[in-house]
Amino acid sequence: MSGANRIPGAGRLTPAKTARFTFDGRPYTALEGDTVASALLANGVHLMGRSFKYHRPRGVVSAGPEEPNALIDVQRDAARRQPNVRATVQEVFDGVTIASQNRYPSLSFDVGSINNLLSPFFAAGFYYKTFMWPKKAWKHLYEPQIRAAAGLGVSPDQADPDHYAGRYAHCDVLVAGAGVAGLSAALAAAKTGASVILCDEQPEVGGALHFDTSVMIDGKPGFDWAQSVAAELAAMENVTVLTRTTAFGYYEHNFVGLVERVTDHLAKPDRRLPRERLWQVRAKQVVIATGAIERHMVFSNNDRPGILLASAARTYLNHFGVAVGRNVGVYTANDSAYEAAFDLKRAGVSIAAIVDCRQQPGAAVLAEASRLGIEVLTGHSVIDTAGKLRVSSMTVARNGGGSSRTMRIDALITSSGWTPSVHLFSQSRGKVAYDAESQRFLPGTYVQECISVGACNGTNGLQATIDEAIAAGRDRALKGGFTGGDTPAISGTNAFEWTGGMAGAAEGAGPDTTVKAFIDFQNDVCAKDIRLAVREGMHSIEHIKRFTTNGMATDQGKLSNIHGLAIAAEALGREIPKVGLTTFRAPYTPVTFGTLINHSRGDLFDPARKTPMHAFEEAKGAIFEDVGNWKRAWYYPRAGEDMHKAVDRECVTVRQSAGIFDASTLGKIEVVGPDAAKFLNLLYTNGWDTLKPGRCRYGIMLREDGFIYDDGVVGRMAEDRFHVTTTTGGAARVMHHMEDYLQTEFPHLDVWLTSATEQWAVIAVQGPKAREIIAPLVEGIDLSNEAFPHMSVAEGKICGVPTRLFRMSFTGELGFEVNVPADYGQAVMEAIWARAEPMGACMYGTETMHVLRAEKGYIIVGQDTDGTVTPDDASLGWAIGKKKPDFVGIRGLKRSDLVAEGRKQLVGLLTKDPKEVLEEGAQIVANPNEPVPMTMLGHVTSSYWSENCGRSIAMALVAGGKARLGQTLYVPMADRTIAVEVSEMVFFDKEGGRIHG
Amino acid sequence: MLLIRCPYCEEDRSELEFRSVGEAHIVRPDNIAEISDEAFAEYFFLRDNPKGLIYERWRHIHGCGRFFNAVRHTVSDKFVMTYKAGEPKPDLPAATPVAQPLAQEGAAK
Amino acid sequence: MADPVIAQRRPVLAGAHPSLYGGSAVAHVTPAKAATRLSLRAKPDAVAALSAALGVDLPTRPKRSASSKGRHALWLGPDEWLVIDEAETDLMAALAGVGVLHSATDISHRNTAVLVSGPGAAAAINSACPLDLTDGVFPVGAAARTVLGKIEMVLYRTAAEDYRVECWRSFAPYAFGILVEGAEDAAL
Repeated sequence: MSGANRIPGAGRLTPAKTARFTFDGRPYTALEGDTVASALLANGVHLMGRSFKYHRPRGVVSAGPEEPNALIDVQRDAARRQPNVRATVQEVFDGVTIASQNRYPSLSFDVGSINNLLSPFFAAGFYYKTFMWPKKAWKHLYEPQIRAAAGLGVSPDQADPDHYAGRYAHCDVLVAGAGVAGLSAALAAAKTGASVILCDEQPEVGGALHFDTSVMIDGKPGFDWAQSVAAELAAMENVTVLTRTTAFGYYEHNFVGLVERVTDHLAKPDRRLPRERLWQVRAKQVVIATGAIERHMVFSNNDRPGILLASAARTYLNHFGVAVGRNVGVYTANDSAYEAAFDLKRAGVSIAAIVDCRQQPGAAVLAEASRLGIEVLTGHSVIDTAGKLRVSSMTVARNGGGSSRTMRIDALITSSGWTPSVHLFSQSRGKVAYDAESQRFLPGTYVQECISVGACNGTNGLQATIDEAIAAGRDRALKGGFTGGDTPAISGTNAFEWTGGMAGAAEGAGPDTTVKAFIDFQNDVCAKDIRLAVREGMHSIEHIKRFTTNGMATDQGKLSNIHGLAIAAEALGREIPKVGLTTFRAPYTPVTFGTLINHSRGDLFDPARKTPMHAFEEAKGAIFEDVGNWKRAWYYPRAGEDMHKAVDRECVTVRQSAGIFDASTLGKIEVVGPDAAKFLNLLYTNGWDTLKPGRCRYGIMLREDGFIYDDGVVGRMAEDRFHVTTTTGGAARVMHHMEDYLQTEFPHLDVWLTSATEQWAVIAVQGPKAREIIAPLVEGIDLSNEAFPHMSVAEGKICGVPTRLFRMSFTGELGFEVNVPADYGQAVMEAIWARAEPMGACMYGTETMHVLRAEKGYIIVGQDTDGTVTPDDASLGWAIGKKKPDFVGIRGLKRSDLVAEGRKQLVGLLTKDPKEVLEEGAQIVANPNEPVPMTMLGHVTSSYWSENCGRSIAMALVAGGKARLGQTLYVPMADRTIAVEVSEMVFFDKEGGRIHG
Repeated sequence: MLLIRCPYCEEDRSELEFRSVGEAHIVRPDNIAEISDEAFAEYFFLRDNPKGLIYERWRHIHGCGRFFNAVRHTVSDKFVMTYKAGEPKPDLPAATPVAQPLAQEGAAK
Repeated sequence: MADPVIAQRRPVLAGAHPSLYGGSAVAHVTPAKAATRLSLRAKPDAVAALSAALGVDLPTRPKRSASSKGRHALWLGPDEWLVIDEAETDLMAALAGVGVLHSATDISHRNTAVLVSGPGAAAAINSACPLDLTDGVFPVGAAARTVLGKIEMVLYRTAAEDYRVECWRSFAPYAFGILVEGAEDAAL
C-alpha cells in the first residue's frame, strides 16, 4: 500500500510500481513517478520542515518549483547527499533516504521553536538593530550563534563523486515551458522546418494540464494530448525535447542557460551518465511559455501544515492520486480554487466550506458548487486557524466584523489568484507593465528577440492561449526565414473561465501588529513586517525587501513578492506600480555549481601545460612548480636532499662543471618581413638596425607610460626574420601588445608576427663544460669563441635534427640554448644528458635558475619589477636607444615623476649577518626606531641563500637606492629587526669574465 | 554572453572568442616624444565613461585575430554596429535610446 | 667523439593512456598523424603566387578552406592561413623561392591535431566549443579559429562527420580529454 490517502482510481501513477524510501528514518512506500511531497502526503505526512527564523512547523505548500517550505535533504549514498532540495520536485526512487532540516532533536519536537514564542523580539530588522554592539562580538559570538540556529540544510562533507556535462547549442526557436502554450508554439514553429528546442522543468510535458483535468484538446484529455504532441515533436529531426530541464537564466543576445537533470530520479543510474547537463543555448528567437504560479491567501496563522495552494491539492489528486485531507476547507479570492474543491468532492473528500472573500464569485462556479452540495460563504474570510503540527480548524467570519464560526478541517486549500511567471522575460531585460484591472505585472517592452505566450503573458482562456501560441511559434520561425509547413489547428475546451484574484493581505491579516499572517514562508516574513518597514521609513520596495528579507530566500519570493508589494503599496498609500517591482535575477531555481562548471573538474579544470621534456625530467626526479598553466621543473632532489640542499648543489655544479635546464616555456615570437627591424625599433627601447644576422641582443619592452613591460633576448636570423623571446608569463600578453601596435598604430609596416613558443623545445646548457658537452652533437656550427661569441645565434643540426642554437646565458656562465622542433626535445635532451652526466653536470630547475641569475644581478620582470619600474630604476638605462626618434614609452619616460630624484631603484642588499636570508616582500626602513607608521623606503624583491657566494643575497627596490650604496638600512620583522647594507646588484664574478669562457 | 559581429569574419560569434581593449579612435600622436604632459595625459590616461553609446575597440583574439571597432550601448549592451580598424568613426546620435533598435511592444493586457 | 645520435620524434599524444583512445560509438577521438604546417601571412596581391607555389588555392573568404592531395589551406584571418600537409612535405622549402612579399613560419611542431569522427562528432565538440556547427553555418570544408573549453583551437570540418581539431602542443592532452568527455556524453 502506497499510502492511506491514495484514492483508488485517481491519478496517473501505476499502483503496482512501488518504490521504498525513508523519511527521518521511517520507511514509506511510494509509487513510481511520485515526488517526495506526493509520497509523504499519500502517507498522511504534511509536516515536512521547520521555518528559517521561528522554527515553525511547516508542511508542503505547492506542487512545483515555487515550494518555500518543504526543503529536504536527499541522500543516495555516503557521498551523494544534497540539502535544500524541494520535496515537490524531487522524484522518489527506490532506496532514497530523505531527511528534514532545521530542527533539533526532531521535526515534531524542535527546541528552536522557542524562537516562535520569542517572536515579538524578532521583528523585521531585528538583527540589524540588535547585534550592533560590541562590534567584535558579531564575528565571534552573534554570527556563529545565529548561523547555527537559523539556516537551512547541512552541506555535504565529501567531494561530489558525480560528473556533469555541458553542451553549446544553437536553434532557430527556443520554447521555454511545455504546457498548452509551449507545446502549441513549438509545434507551429517546428512545422515550418525551423530548428526548435523545447524544454520543461517537469518529468513530463503538460504544465497546468497535470492538474486541470477539465481540459479537452483535439478530443483528448489535455494531459494525453500533451504527451502525444511531445512524442510527435520528439520524432521530428529538427526538434529537441528536453524534460526535467529548467531554463534558469536569460542573458544577453538570446543566450539562455538550461539545466537538464539526468540521473536524480533514477534508482540505479548508469554511472557514465552525467548527473546534470548544462545547455548553453543561443536561440535566434525565444518563446517564453512559463505559465503562472498560484498565490496563497494572507491571513492569521496561514502557515500550518495542511494549508496549501488549491492548484497543488488538485495536482496531488489528479496526477498523483493523493487526497491532501479528508475534510478540506477552501479559502479563496479566485474561481480556480472552486475547481479544486469540485475535484476533491467528486473523489469522495468532504469540503467543509468554500470561504470566498469576494462578494461575487463567478456565476458558473457558484452554480456547480451548489449542484455538488458544497457550502459557499461569500464575503467571508478565514481569520485564524488552529492545530500544532497540522491544521485542525479554521475560524471564519463575515467581512467587516460580526460573529465568527470555527470549523473542523484537516486541510485548508487557498488561492488568491495567479502570478504570471515573467522571470525569464524580466531577465531578458524586458520591462514589465502593471495591468491595474487584473492586478498583474505583465510583459511590456521587449528588448530581445522573444515573445511571451499564454499564462505568463496574462492571456486568459484556453483557446486564446492556444491561438496566441500557434501564431507566435509560427511568426518566430518566419522571422528566421522558415516558410514551410501548415499552421497547426488545435482546439480545446475547459470547464470554467476563472475570474477574481487579489494581492496583499486579506481580512484576517491584521492590522494587528502581533498577527502572524505569512507572505514569505521560508524567511518568516509576515504582513506586519512589511508595514513595520514602511513605518521605519522604507519607501522603496528594494529597501523593504532587504529590511524584511521578503523574497530573499531560496525560493526568491515566487509566492511572496506580489503580496509584499501590495501590502507595501497600501501602507504607503501609493499605487502598486509606483512602489516598483524588485528585479528578477537568474537563476530561476537554484543550479548546482557542478553543473555550471561541468567539464572543468580534475584534469580538465585547467590545462596543465607540460614541456616536451617533461617525462624525462619526471624520471630524473624533478619536483615541478606551476608557472601560469605550465609545469616547470623546480629542482631535482637526490636521496636525502631537501629543497635547499638540492638547490645549493645544483647552483655549485652549474658553476663548477655544467647544468642542463628546460627553458621551453619562454615565449617565442617569429617577427618576419622587410620592416621587421623597424617594428622592433618601435616596440623595444633598444635599437635593432645594427644587430647583424647571427647575433642576438637583450631587449626591453615598455608600456607607453615608460614602465618595463617585458624583456627577453632577440636573435636576428636574417635581415627580415627575428626570433624574439619573452618571459614565460608574458608570452600571450606581449604577443597581444605587439599585435595591437602593429594592427592599429603601425599598419603601414610590412611585418607579421607568429607565436612560435611551442614550435621549439629549448634546452639550456650552462657552465664551463657547456661547449664540451654539446660540441660532438652539433653539425654545421663552429662553436669556438671566435666564430660564435657570447650573444650569437646560428642554424644547423644537433643530433641530426634542425636547431636554432643560441650562445647566451642567464647564469653568467658560458652557455648555450639549444632550440629544436618540439617533438625532438626529449630525444635531444637525453643525448645531451648522456654526455653531460659523466662530466659531473646536473639537471637544474627554476629555483637554481633564479639563484644563479640573482648572483649576477639579472632581473626577472614581474618579480623585481612591478609595473612602476623604469629601465633607469633597474640600472638598464644602457638599453635605451638614445638616438631613436620614437619607441613605445619614449614620452612616458620623460614624465616628471619618472625623472624625479628619489625614485625607487633596484639595488643589492647584503644582510649584516651573512647567514640571514631576508623574506621577499619585506619592507625596508632607514630608522628602525621610528614609531609606527614607519617611513618605508621600499621592499625586498628577490632573496636567496647563495652557496656560490657563501652567504645570503638579495635585491630590493629602495627609494634613492643607488645613492645609498654602503648605507645601513633595516628590515623590521614581526620578532626582530634585520640590519642590511645596500650593495651593487652583482654578487658573483663581478668582472663578468666567465660568460665569455 | 554577448554575441559580437566580427567585421572581418562577417559573422556573429560568441563573446568567448573576443577581448575588449578599451576606447576607440584614440590615435597615438606622430610626434609623441614631443607632446606636452597634458596631451600625453589626454592620450594615455583619460578615457570617457559615458552612459549611452560608446566607441570601443575589440579584438577577435581567438578568431581571426583582428582588432576592430564597435559602437555599443553601455546600458543595454546592444551593439549598434562593428567596423574594421582604420575606418572612420561613424556619426551616430549620442543618445540612441536603449531599447529602440530591436524593441517591440508586447501585448500588455 | 660520441656515436652520432639521430633524435627520434616523440609526439605529445603518443604517451596518452590507451584507454583514452576511441571516445564513444558516436564520436571517435584519435590523435592525427604527424604533418607539416605553416603559418602563412600575406596581403591579397601575393595570394596568387603563393597559391601556385603551394599547389592549393588560398581561400580569401572567411571560414573557407581549400584542399589538394592531402594539403590544406585554412583561412584564419584576412591575411592569415594555416597550411597543413599530411604528406609531411617541407612547406618552408616550397615557398623558399617565391618572390612575393609574405611571412611563412614553420609551426609543424607547435600544433598537433585531434580527429573527431562520427554522427556525434559535432555534439562532442560542442561540449566545449561555442561555434554553431549546424550544416548551414559550418558546412564541410569550413574552418575557423575558436575556443575549446579554456584553450584556443582551429576547427576544420573535413567531411560530413569528420572534424580536425588543431591546437598548440601543450594543450593537446587537455583538448583530447575534453573531446573524449564530450564524445562520451554525445553517446548518452
